[in-house]
Amino acid sequence: MPEKDLQKTENATVAEKIRNVKTFVPRVDIYETKDSIFLIADMPGVDENTVDVELEKNILTITGKVEDGMLKDHTLIFSEYEVGDYERSFTLSDEIDREKINATVKQGVLRLELPKAEKIKPKKIAIKAA
Amino acid sequence: MFAPSFWRMRKFSDSIPEILRLQQEMNRLFSSAGESTAIDYPAINVWEKNGVALVTAELPGMSAENIDISVTDNTLTLSGIKKTQDLKEGENYLRQERIPGSFQRSIQLSFRVNPKDVEARYEKGILTIVLPRGKEDLPKKIKINA
Repeated sequence: MPEKDLQKTENATVAEKIRNVKTFVPRVDIYETKDSIFLIADMPGVDENTVDVELEKNILTITGKVEDGMLKDHTLIFSEYEVGDYERSFTLSDEIDREKINATVKQGVLRLELPKAEKIKPKKIAIKAA
Repeated sequence: MFAPSFWRMRKFSDSIPEILRLQQEMNRLFSSAGESTAIDYPAINVWEKNGVALVTAELPGMSAENIDISVTDNTLTLSGIKKTQDLKEGENYLRQERIPGSFQRSIQLSFRVNPKDVEARYEKGILTIVLPRGKEDLPKKIKINA
């Protein structure tokens, strides 16, 4: 595996924050089923209170706030990863039913279900004998 | 004229934590220079407090049963399997960036650990392992006979 795939990627495009923390790009899997598109994002350190999903026009933005990861009274003696916020945006097409988007977080993984709009779903057209 | 004003002095002291952090950051950058870390997954941070080492690792989306932690003498071994979503027929990935598969990593500690005292928690996708220094490994005070 190439090294870059194992390290977190810093999000360089995000606007500077007031809080002095780095922002990372969460790694995502997106897969499609007949009825929905699922988006799964790795965001270790977030829970349901610190993750935010926002949809503005057709831009879906997921953000996660993480405490700076410094442990009180402990000294960091060896460090391979950094802790910071997460942010990533996606452009949605019109085929998503915006009202029915469903989000869950479990063990630092955000799971979004983006149901396809009714009118977009493939329909089988019955052919009648003339 | 070049003496720092009080205002500046105060500002400087405010920025001390920041400077310390920057220094840590620089040390971190240079300490890993030239080393290959390609197979080192998961990435770990190690903390220390009163002879207790604390290892943290980011392992999002695992279940606790799928993480194996073992300790022998002064070696900590982490292993586990990251599973993917099982897709049914007709479903397909549009994008796959999360890497599935198994991993194993051994970390050498600077002291011996009694495996019974090791504690681990897994929450929010972060694994934390507490490793107290073994009693028999603590420095012994030697009495001087007159």
